[in-house]
Amino acid sequence: MKIAVIKYNAGNVQSVLYALERLGAEAELTDDPEKILQADKVIFPGQGEASTAMSYLKARKLDQLIREIKQPFLGVCLGLQLLCEHSEENNTDCLGIFPVKVKRFIPENSQEFKVPHVGWNELENLADNPLLKNLPDPKFLYYVHSYYAEISEVTIATTHYIHDFTAILHQGNYWAIQAHPEKSSTVGEKLLSNFLNI
Amino acid sequence: MLTKRIIPCLDIKDGRTVKGVNFVQLRDAGDPVELAKIYSDEGADELVFLDITATVDKRKTLAELVTKVAKAINIPFTVGGGISTVEDVKVLLGAGADKISINSAAVYNPKVVDEMAREFGSQCVVVAIDTRSVDGIDFVHTHGGRKPTLLKTQEWAKEVADRGAGEILLTSMDHDGTKAGFANEITSEISSALSIPVIASGGAGNMPHFKDVFTFGKADAALAASIFHFKEIGIPELKEYLSIEGLAIRK
Repeated sequence: MKIAVIKYNAGNVQSVLYALERLGAEAELTDDPEKILQADKVIFPGQGEASTAMSYLKARKLDQLIREIKQPFLGVCLGLQLLCEHSEENNTDCLGIFPVKVKRFIPENSQEFKVPHVGWNELENLADNPLLKNLPDPKFLYYVHSYYAEISEVTIATTHYIHDFTAILHQGNYWAIQAHPEKSSTVGEKLLSNFLNI
Repeated sequence: MLTKRIIPCLDIKDGRTVKGVNFVQLRDAGDPVELAKIYSDEGADELVFLDITATVDKRKTLAELVTKVAKAINIPFTVGGGISTVEDVKVLLGAGADKISINSAAVYNPKVVDEMAREFGSQCVVVAIDTRSVDGIDFVHTHGGRKPTLLKTQEWAKEVADRGAGEILLTSMDHDGTKAGFANEITSEISSALSIPVIASGGAGNMPHFKDVFTFGKADAALAASIFHFKEIGIPELKEYLSIEGLAIRK
């Protein structure tokens, strides 16, 4: 099985590659459309700022390519947000795969709730979905983000910080995780291995 | 619910883990990769690697170690020690570190915090602040706490947060190595004043100290070294204790 990890100006890609390596998957970091279209699965990692990432994707026509992909596709962290319709981060129009809006966390009490949301938090309200099969308990994932996707009909798991937000999305062949599964110990590892088995 | 983080710190010298008592006496505590794996399996929420002998020619060795660690563990880790430029950060993040921490370099050249945050995102920029009380006023110290500066700790913490730091690692040099508890007062003051997370460090001696720094100290995370390395406190028992005490803990 060949996994293409989309190469663009996003940080933290190395950890995704190492996590896939630990699972025995053959993964390649690439921005070559041919390789991406031929891969069995595609991972869209991310960390950074939405408008810069979108401009980069558009300049290289990767935005078109991502919309055309038919294989199982997994967005991670900023990858999730870019797959949504729109992000409040610098008022950015995103890829629009998921009919969901991305907003900034606004705490009522900034002493109690800091932004970014950094650390381990729990998955809740899990739908019956192949990505979420047999996750070990307790289901904590590692988060680092200031923006979140609103809860919608394509939300398949939520997490609570200030209020409930979308932890995981699924529609058709696209899945996306707000947390960093590659950094989320055994729960993250299981999410990635479930994705590889879809 | 967002949980409080427990972070073992591994001081690295010549590729081995050491822990200095007040940064002077060093004792060998093992292979960093193996130790990192053990901590990760035991439930540590994050790890910090501090290269205490970081010099230019040691950079490559450190980057190689970072790659080995990144391949072996699946929890986030921060690398610090002697980092001063955007290029240093690029090398370590490229090697697989999730965050870097800068200390003295930020004091001498505060703009580097803005540059690093702009280039790599705030989420990976941890500013380490060593603080020591001088006649009742908290001042930032550099060089492992030996050199005082004229910066007041609270003001400096606010400045680096404004410049784009993603987290603050606050070490009390008055408490470090004493095992008498964390510096709850200043930790609480800084944590309350800032919207970014504060990691408390220095002074952990027993399990109630951790509870205190999370409650009275309002810390988002607590870091310790020797008590973990010498198995005075096990991470699973610490997490069990904190959870029974009513704190949100991942276990």
